[in-house]
Amino acid sequence: MATETTLPIAPPRPAFAVDPRIVWGVGLIILVAPLFLAESYQLFQLTLAAIYAIAILGLNLVTGYNGQISLGHGAFYAAGAYVAAIMMDKLNLPYWSTLPAAAVLCGLLGYGIGLPALRLGGLYLALTTFSLAVAVPQILKYKGIEAWTGGVQGVLVTKPDAPFGLPLNSDQYLYLFTILVALGIFLLARNLMASRIGRAIMAIRDHGLAAEAMGMDIASLKTSTFAVSAMITGVAGALSAIAVEFVSPDSFQVPLSITLFVGMVVGGVASIIGGVFGGLFVVFMPNVAEGISKAAPGVIYGCILIAFLFVLPGGVAGLLRRLAARLRR
Amino acid sequence: MLTRRTLLVASAAALAAPRIGHAADLTGVTADEIKIGNIMPYSGPASAYGVIGKLQQVFFKAINDAGGFQGRRLNFVTYDDGYSPPKTVEQTRRLVEQDKVSFLFNTLGTPTNSAIHRYVNQRKVPHLFLSTGADKWGDPQNFPWTIGWQPSYRTEAQIYTKYMLEQDRNAKLALLYQNDDFGKDYVAGVRDVLGSRFDAVVKTVSHEVTDATIDSQIVQLHGTGSTALLTATTPKFAAQTIRKVHDIGWRPAMHFLTNVSISVAAVMNPAGPEKGVGIITSAYLKDPTDPAWNDDAGMKEWRDWMKAHMPEADQSDGNYVFSYGVSKTMMRVLTQCNGDFSRENIMKQATSLSGLEVPSLINGIKVNTSSTNYHPIRQMQLAKWDGKTFDRFGGLIEGANV
Repeated sequence: MATETTLPIAPPRPAFAVDPRIVWGVGLIILVAPLFLAESYQLFQLTLAAIYAIAILGLNLVTGYNGQISLGHGAFYAAGAYVAAIMMDKLNLPYWSTLPAAAVLCGLLGYGIGLPALRLGGLYLALTTFSLAVAVPQILKYKGIEAWTGGVQGVLVTKPDAPFGLPLNSDQYLYLFTILVALGIFLLARNLMASRIGRAIMAIRDHGLAAEAMGMDIASLKTSTFAVSAMITGVAGALSAIAVEFVSPDSFQVPLSITLFVGMVVGGVASIIGGVFGGLFVVFMPNVAEGISKAAPGVIYGCILIAFLFVLPGGVAGLLRRLAARLRR
Repeated sequence: MLTRRTLLVASAAALAAPRIGHAADLTGVTADEIKIGNIMPYSGPASAYGVIGKLQQVFFKAINDAGGFQGRRLNFVTYDDGYSPPKTVEQTRRLVEQDKVSFLFNTLGTPTNSAIHRYVNQRKVPHLFLSTGADKWGDPQNFPWTIGWQPSYRTEAQIYTKYMLEQDRNAKLALLYQNDDFGKDYVAGVRDVLGSRFDAVVKTVSHEVTDATIDSQIVQLHGTGSTALLTATTPKFAAQTIRKVHDIGWRPAMHFLTNVSISVAAVMNPAGPEKGVGIITSAYLKDPTDPAWNDDAGMKEWRDWMKAHMPEADQSDGNYVFSYGVSKTMMRVLTQCNGDFSRENIMKQATSLSGLEVPSLINGIKVNTSSTNYHPIRQMQLAKWDGKTFDRFGGLIEGANV
């Protein structure tokens, strides 16, 4: 046994490989360039795309990697947004403190909901989570918590200015802040999925019975995955409240959950980087559709979506994977 | 001598210079163009209102085709927000920061406009004649750059309450309202008129927009022994209310119904037209299906315009009448600007309308604004359902002064 482990079992080195330092360098330049090149409005759009990317990543953990269909992640996004708005507007706490708070609360919320809900499989879980998305806008209007949530009027918050005298306006700073948070979360998620736990999460998706036979605690793993997923989406929600500077029940209607789902499928199911493309898609594609036709933007959006699914069955991330595979050959 | 100091001074001067000449904000206005921004729900749950924006696209194009307005082209830039507030913020920033429009005109929806209310006021962008009946757009002290157009729901409720007290000083009112901005404005309007008597006179019950039925609420209100009923809810629930009130044998002496929910096709017929006989509502626009307006000059102007520019459009859709009226009001403001299209002056003129008559409005209703009155239309006429149509009756009633 001992000799076996000392054997070099490196994976066969591909003929085509890019130095990871180059990938990182190019990636950073692409992320930072808009700070200097884009106008405030475009930065705002990119900030939104980054926020959606985080939310979609959260959904992807539970749906893409763990195989649990959730149509209710808009609810966690809303919860995170309200945590941020209430903390900033009612309690006068700094914006950055809202992110860990949203993460903890949404994590607990996800755990609480996941505990009973994940006993339901497949389509039943999809419906349960969907009902969550339907219920949340109404709960937010509930009279008893109106002093905090502002009821139907919602809550207005104020975007932070750049700290430490950084020569950035608030849009530039928020973009930078969001990108840093996103980078952190994406790295954590990548490491999680590459770990032993990550492999277990995927094993449950691929063959639950086999995973159980190998001694994995399926229920507990599923619930934890759901909690982590809700946590990540909640952080995205908190960021969205800071960026949009307004939350109201109407901001988080059912279509939001579907939007996240669409972003996940277009970006690439079970892909970390897919969230980025999903985020860009859900922010920019409706505007493209509208540019083509004001009479029926929904039809155009639908057509683009169908075309995407035909041309890129594995999402954008799937295309990149195939391209990389071809280059290596 | 190009020293570091002169460079610094020069650049500081260059930075300061635009500020000096910034007395009048002429963003969006050039020698041959005025850029107007607009946001509509062309998609999503409120897309039926998209026709308002469609008429406006044609309206401004028609003016441009006829040579423009005082030699300038009116460039109407309109975007879709799908009735989602975060999208409204995005589209508003696109209009203000990227397209650099002069002002926003007739943006639609209460939650959507709420999301941009503070932003446009911080940026001092005129936010004119919104397509929403919420009362909060008339708040010149806190939001001097935002002004509504249509009578607010609150004004409407004041009018019903005034009429109710005129008919019966001791009336007791049951108030069914939808638990949102829209419904709560009616509660506020009734309170404006009744003041301290509110609690003694009114029993309120609310429902959620997502409720399946409001049967239990009706039974509850019936049990209060009220003699009048005010139904402040959206069409689906209005139809349910009319039916349920009739079916449980409740015959309130007066049943007021918000004019949001008076569609014959969507409310009165599904409820059963005979069940709603006697229901009272209010109107400020001319109803295109009301034969009484057949020979009216204002409606004739509108019909001719529709025939000439939108022949394929459904002329029974009241949204076109609304859109035409609000667009005409906008043109009056631009005319009153008298060539000075700075944002300050546009806002000043929008709040200096006096006795303006608009072809879409019931004859006698006048548009009035001032630096303290941000409620352009404050008069309405009541109308009673006779089983087939709403017949207008009585004179114009004006909202309470609060």
